[in-house]
Amino acid sequence: MFKKIKKLDIFKIVFIYPLALWMVIFVAIPLIYIIVISFAQRSASGEIVYSFNLRNYTTMISPLYFKVFFDSISLAFVSTLLALLFGYPFAYFIAKVKKRWRVILLLLVVIPFWTNSLIRIYGWMILLRTEGIINHFLLAIKLIHEPIKMLYSYGAVLVGMVYMLFPFMVLPLYNSIEKMDKSLTEASKDLGASRWKCFFTITLPLTMPGIVAGSILVFVPSIGLFFIPDLMGGGTVMLIGNLIRNQFLQARNWPFGAALSIVMIFVALLLIGVATKLLGKKVDLEVF
Amino acid sequence: MGNRIIKIFSKFYMLLIFTFLYFPIFIIVIYSFNASKSNVLWTGFTMDWYKKLLEDENVIIALQNSLKIAFSSTIISSIIGTTGAVAMYKYNFRGKKGIDLLLYIQIIIPEIIMGVSLLNYFSVLNMEFGLFTLILAHTTFCIPFVYILVKARLAGFNSSIEEAALDLGAGKFTVFRTVTFPLILPGIISGAALAFAISFDDVIINFFVSGPESTTLPIKIFSMLRFGLSPEINALCSIMLIITLFVLMASQSIRIKKQN
Amino acid sequence: MMKKILKFVSLMLIAILTLVGCNSKSSTKGSGDKVLNIFTWANYVPDSVVKEYEKKTGIKVNYANFSTNEEMLSKLQAVKGGEYDVVICADYIIQVMAKDKNVLMAPINKDNIPNFKNEDPAYLDQSFDKGNKYSVPYTLGSQMIVYNPDKVKKEVTSYADLWDSSFKSSLVLIDDPRSIIGVALRKLGYGINETDAAKLDKAKEELKKLKPNVKLFNADTPQDSLISGDATAGIMWGSQASAAVKGNPKLKIVYPSEGTTVEEDNFIIPIKAPHMKNAENFINFMLEGKISNETTTTTEYINTTTTAKPFMSQEYLNNKAVFIPAEDLIKAMHILDIGDTAKTYDSIWSEFKQQ
Repeated sequence: MFKKIKKLDIFKIVFIYPLALWMVIFVAIPLIYIIVISFAQRSASGEIVYSFNLRNYTTMISPLYFKVFFDSISLAFVSTLLALLFGYPFAYFIAKVKKRWRVILLLLVVIPFWTNSLIRIYGWMILLRTEGIINHFLLAIKLIHEPIKMLYSYGAVLVGMVYMLFPFMVLPLYNSIEKMDKSLTEASKDLGASRWKCFFTITLPLTMPGIVAGSILVFVPSIGLFFIPDLMGGGTVMLIGNLIRNQFLQARNWPFGAALSIVMIFVALLLIGVATKLLGKKVDLEVF
Repeated sequence: MGNRIIKIFSKFYMLLIFTFLYFPIFIIVIYSFNASKSNVLWTGFTMDWYKKLLEDENVIIALQNSLKIAFSSTIISSIIGTTGAVAMYKYNFRGKKGIDLLLYIQIIIPEIIMGVSLLNYFSVLNMEFGLFTLILAHTTFCIPFVYILVKARLAGFNSSIEEAALDLGAGKFTVFRTVTFPLILPGIISGAALAFAISFDDVIINFFVSGPESTTLPIKIFSMLRFGLSPEINALCSIMLIITLFVLMASQSIRIKKQN
Repeated sequence: MMKKILKFVSLMLIAILTLVGCNSKSSTKGSGDKVLNIFTWANYVPDSVVKEYEKKTGIKVNYANFSTNEEMLSKLQAVKGGEYDVVICADYIIQVMAKDKNVLMAPINKDNIPNFKNEDPAYLDQSFDKGNKYSVPYTLGSQMIVYNPDKVKKEVTSYADLWDSSFKSSLVLIDDPRSIIGVALRKLGYGINETDAAKLDKAKEELKKLKPNVKLFNADTPQDSLISGDATAGIMWGSQASAAVKGNPKLKIVYPSEGTTVEEDNFIIPIKAPHMKNAENFINFMLEGKISNETTTTTEYINTTTTAKPFMSQEYLNNKAVFIPAEDLIKAMHILDIGDTAKTYDSIWSEFKQQ
């Protein structure tokens, strides 16, 4: 009896403590620092003056900053949606391929991401620019008479975002789909359900954890991802990532930057919470 | 009949997506042979950049650093992320919600903020900036990715097999090793693959917590922007790509050999 | 299978920990005194120059990089002015550092840098560091207008010209708030370090009118869009303008009649530099005529010495982007620190981008 309890403790300790300790030491404590300076002020020479005030937060209550937040979140939302729409069939088909090919295909999806992201975006720019390869080709086969202005547009930004975040959507989706108990879909088909009905009533709900995980892994980083809109979109929009970066690198107003980050974290958590609640009502969500 | 159409469509769709993923890479490889320094015009074929790359000590060292850091952080974060995911899935304990929240916050936090706060943190602790601080930072932002992927894999896990094993007298660690682990392995592998990718590509955090001797590849590349990216970097990416593809194919052929 | 994985993982861990253990302290290159830690933009000190220095002195150079001055400052503050021996950075950040109560820069001992006399007096004794107490000029960068005469029918001579409606959706601007707000201020006849709220408000209005003409912002490679035809005119730094002309020789370079913006990059020595002697020795080396020329020819920035001229190639001498005519140099202004007004500039910039 005594022995059993002891064993239980060790297992629990070995499995819980590494994560818990790491998060507290490397995430919680630095976060406290950020919260503290968000209430501080910028001195005339750009240093931090620790006098408590809410000005950093009240400055944010203006149409200018609301728009920045809104633009960033809507871009993240659309990117996530597109990644999901294109990623789900892809993950689904890979899960249906012969078993020994699946891992290779998945790794082939990730391997491009082991090369530098900046270079890959430059690759896209070469493809999409007015005198770029795609235009040259389309002109050559006389499909168009004038080059299409593809680069420096919202569309180009979306291409870049989806491109950059694709594996973050596909991998969780794949894991969820592959794990699904095939006998359930077979049973429903045996009972006469059409392919689509089977998909919507069985496959989709069962793979919801993957959808949620993938959506979060794409949505969250994309709120702050600003170098893609800068490169592919020509930097003509101010997003929250640019704004925060400017506070540290241009205005040297760290307190404001910290406050913006806290609000950004808060808004993102709120959105995730709302989404999980909405989806969680329909399925038994155990992802988080 | 419907099955066949779907099969053809699925192959076509996958091909389309892979083209989408690899087309820019293809361009990068081609431009690594571009005689002109700029990435705009094609002026002629040359192997000069590859030569320059092999002679460029700074780039090679930066690459080595990035690889060391990526390997280390991937392994450590995979271990912590996996054990943590299993624990959070199985147990309820005080502070569980807090840890969950911190994991989310870690993904949401803008890199620049994380970089700045870690910079001050390590500075206050009087730590010397270098590979060690870099590995600590990278592990921190990689953990949530492994965690989420493993946890998603665990969702809806049929625990009856585990319970049966326990009932039959197997210890908890044994059960984990023989039952749980193989089932979540795909999640761990995909988490590790993503973690490696993120770590290898990181710029902002790297900058803040590196030291004079620990420049990493992405820092070097971003810092080169002021003078225009040299096709040397294209050459580097091409070489790395070839090596990874080679390793992948080699491991697969070993696997196939084993099966036969 | 499981055992194999465990074995592999533990072997990797051991391997990595030993690697890290070997490398984390002062290991990589050089040992003891024969080391120099440089901190600046990548490729800003040409490879060939670094190698020459290493060969000549036997000192191993560690070249660390940053991409912005502010990153450099936060790092230098975190290491309390130590770890790095020579830092090359912009004038305004030196001005900021000099205002600090704990100055992180060591006063330059000109006796230990005899080649200091090679510097052209036109670039010394600037307002950001009177008497060059902490800094030694490295190169000067200037901003200029570049346009494509094939696509732009009028002759462009001033910033004001770019406000013309014929430039709709065709300008490329460097993604730098101080520079571009400065352009609007100059158009109105003000200085680029203006702090008066009313004047800044007017500049904001001017920028609103300019926005429809902006096709894109690009901090690092604005020349690309000029070469590729996505933009027909733009404002950028000299080295970028030079690259633009190399890509399309038809492009024209013009210094704006209102007066341009310049940035002088300088050597500074952090106050706790571990290898002070080597730092001074290196700066001295960099000021030699031949070496100085090699540097500016490769980086395509403006040379600040008098002794490099005999070594300059004809190509360099003919490159409009790397010379600033005397009459333009007089009108040129440095970007300086504006203290708390930085917050106003930040919100002007955010609004400008929102248009």
